[in-house]
Amino acid sequence: MDKAAGTNASGGVERINVEPINSPENRTLYKAREAIYPKRVSGKYRRLKWVIMVLTLGVYYILPWVRWERGANEPDQAILVDFAGSRFYFFAIEIWPDELYYVTGLLILAALGLFLATALFGRIWCGYTCPQTVWTDLYIAVERMIEGDRNKRMKLDKAPWSTDKIMKKVSKHTIWILIGMATGGAWIFYFHDAPTIAAQFFKGQAPFTAYFYCALLTMTTYIFAGSMREQVCTYMCPWPRIQAALTDEDTLQVTYKKDRGEPRGPHKKGDSWDGRGDCVSCRACVAACPMGIDIREGAQLECINCALCIDACDDIMAKVDRPLSLIGYDTDANMARREAGEKPKFNYIRPRILVYSVMLVLVASVMSWTLFSRATVNLNVIRDRTPPFVKLSDGSVRNAYTVKIVNRDNVERTFLLDVKGPPEMVVSAAGDNFEENNHQVVVLDDSVRSIRLFVTLPPEALDKASLPISVTARDIATGEEALNPTTFITGGR
Amino acid sequence: MSDKDIDEHSGVDTTGHEWDGIKELNNPLPRWWVIVFYITIIWSVVYWVLMPSWPGITGYLKGTRNHSERENVTVQMAALDAERAESTQRLIAAPSLEAIESDPALHQFAMAAGASLFGDNCATCHGAGGQGFKGYPNLNDDAWLWGGSLDQIKHTITVGRRSLHPETTNTLMMAYGRDGLLTRDQINDLVDYVSFISGQAEETEAATRAAPLFASQCASCHGADGTGDQIQGAPNLTDAIWLFGGDRATLYETLWNGRAGVMPAWDERLSEEEIIALSVYVHSLGGGE
Repeated sequence: MDKAAGTNASGGVERINVEPINSPENRTLYKAREAIYPKRVSGKYRRLKWVIMVLTLGVYYILPWVRWERGANEPDQAILVDFAGSRFYFFAIEIWPDELYYVTGLLILAALGLFLATALFGRIWCGYTCPQTVWTDLYIAVERMIEGDRNKRMKLDKAPWSTDKIMKKVSKHTIWILIGMATGGAWIFYFHDAPTIAAQFFKGQAPFTAYFYCALLTMTTYIFAGSMREQVCTYMCPWPRIQAALTDEDTLQVTYKKDRGEPRGPHKKGDSWDGRGDCVSCRACVAACPMGIDIREGAQLECINCALCIDACDDIMAKVDRPLSLIGYDTDANMARREAGEKPKFNYIRPRILVYSVMLVLVASVMSWTLFSRATVNLNVIRDRTPPFVKLSDGSVRNAYTVKIVNRDNVERTFLLDVKGPPEMVVSAAGDNFEENNHQVVVLDDSVRSIRLFVTLPPEALDKASLPISVTARDIATGEEALNPTTFITGGR
Repeated sequence: MSDKDIDEHSGVDTTGHEWDGIKELNNPLPRWWVIVFYITIIWSVVYWVLMPSWPGITGYLKGTRNHSERENVTVQMAALDAERAESTQRLIAAPSLEAIESDPALHQFAMAAGASLFGDNCATCHGAGGQGFKGYPNLNDDAWLWGGSLDQIKHTITVGRRSLHPETTNTLMMAYGRDGLLTRDQINDLVDYVSFISGQAEETEAATRAAPLFASQCASCHGADGTGDQIQGAPNLTDAIWLFGGDRATLYETLWNGRAGVMPAWDERLSEEEIIALSVYVHSLGGGE
């Protein structure tokens, strides 16, 4: 307990000497940051946060090492952003740069999911899963392990430099930097084959970008989680501003139930609880807060809903033998209902919830449909523009087209090119024995083949300025087709 | 300024500068900014040592890393050449230029190399798409002055036409009018004749009159029937394609002043594999024979 800094306010419960340094009256605009020394808490939300930290960090560090068999010519890494090969691999999904809209769809899905979760449960993203929260939590855990809890840390920072202080500070920052390096190191594994780049990295043979990004993420992790902490959420992140528009009076948020807590005041053991609230002004919630605020002042921009104050308060409530959850997940509407003597209820069927849900299902369906019906052949027919048409010596006119057949499959395929147009037209191609192969084109696995196609029309067929023609590529094995309509420019009339 | 002049509203020291009662606060620069500023100064010293920095009378301070952009480019180009070595070797080793065109992978390599070479070297005269201009042949069509087979195209690129290369061909269209070889009337008759054999005009009296003149003066190069001769680079006068123009005024001008378009030889500018790639590219533009 907090003997040194606390004053004994009542029998049993101590009042912690702590100021909410980021509360509106304490925070002026032009003021250097004051350090926050969050006090250790234990309880069910703290346990949940440990579990989520292990899960999220585990996913981040382990995922690049997961393998996924794709065939001989393809990388076997489950998740790989391959810039050199211009491919993005995600388990069974492989997308090309021109299919980046899948990523856009994924981002829209993520955004809608976040909107829905925020409308229902407030800032659970901020409180549990945001990398800033997770890594800051990890850094604070390291700090606490080495320097001790709140009071010891405050004392250490005030103390003059000594061998002990230097030892503690050096070891803390060393571990922080090592964590940062692990973060930056794992990041580069998503962009190269993880075992290969890991070996190259330690031998000094990895590309410069690998070292650069490792250093960059080491630095950002170290600075954001080590020294900037709550300032990232308050000043750098746009999400706190946006979330105000997403939540309403029925959103579950970490709330101090002032209807139950007020009027607050110190409480001596044996005193009556009649005519007063349950809050004993012990400030345990303020001491636990990593954002440096007082939750009892209501919903605030700074509050990331990390729920640590819930655990801190529950601890005290158990001690003074009052019901738990004086601070807990609750809604503004429930608070009003209780004050009006009504029964609290959680109203989760609201217009915004329905809208977000419907949109989420809609986008998810469209995404899965496009993903599962994704064409493995694409055809692009690009008509030559310089020159748009060529007059030949016998007066006929020829147009040239660059035909690109995209084979997104992992097998070599043969396509039959079929050109539809006026009956007089003559089709040929540059090189490639196109005519001898009866207009068949072999495209290697996972690649693009370009053909220069020529369409010639005799003088008697040139009665219009332009004529529609179309090119079809059909897989002779599977029958899959891709069609691309284009035009023929006659150059006259 | 010995006494601090503290602003009463903000509690911040002022610089002592005052304009109409408004004082300038002496807020310090943000600490991170100052730190970054000092880091840049330290970095500049490190940079002087490591990298080329100070100019001298005869050269410049090279720096301990001996860095040179020019050398880097040379190294990068060599690396690029090494990367392409296998394909360029295959280009040179190919038994014939036709064999390159029928090998899909090699053809695409030649086309890609040819396209960039064409843009750098040929497009100035022949146009970005090889569409040509007046006096500069269109390489997309099927009319070839000197032949449109792969080997003929390669020969034209290598030695040029009417160039300074010893193996080049120097035949030209003579200035019949200017040099007094033919009279005005004779030239006018020949214009009628060429307009007739190219299908642009009906046979006129003048055209009939010019037939023996054509046979004696023009047929040695353009052929008795006017279909041209690729060995001498004499164009076909009976088709629909004109290098300078087939209208009467241009035909008269051609006959009066003669024509002698020049294509430079590229054997000294381009390597063997570059000329091969370029030949395949030009042949694949569409007009190749």
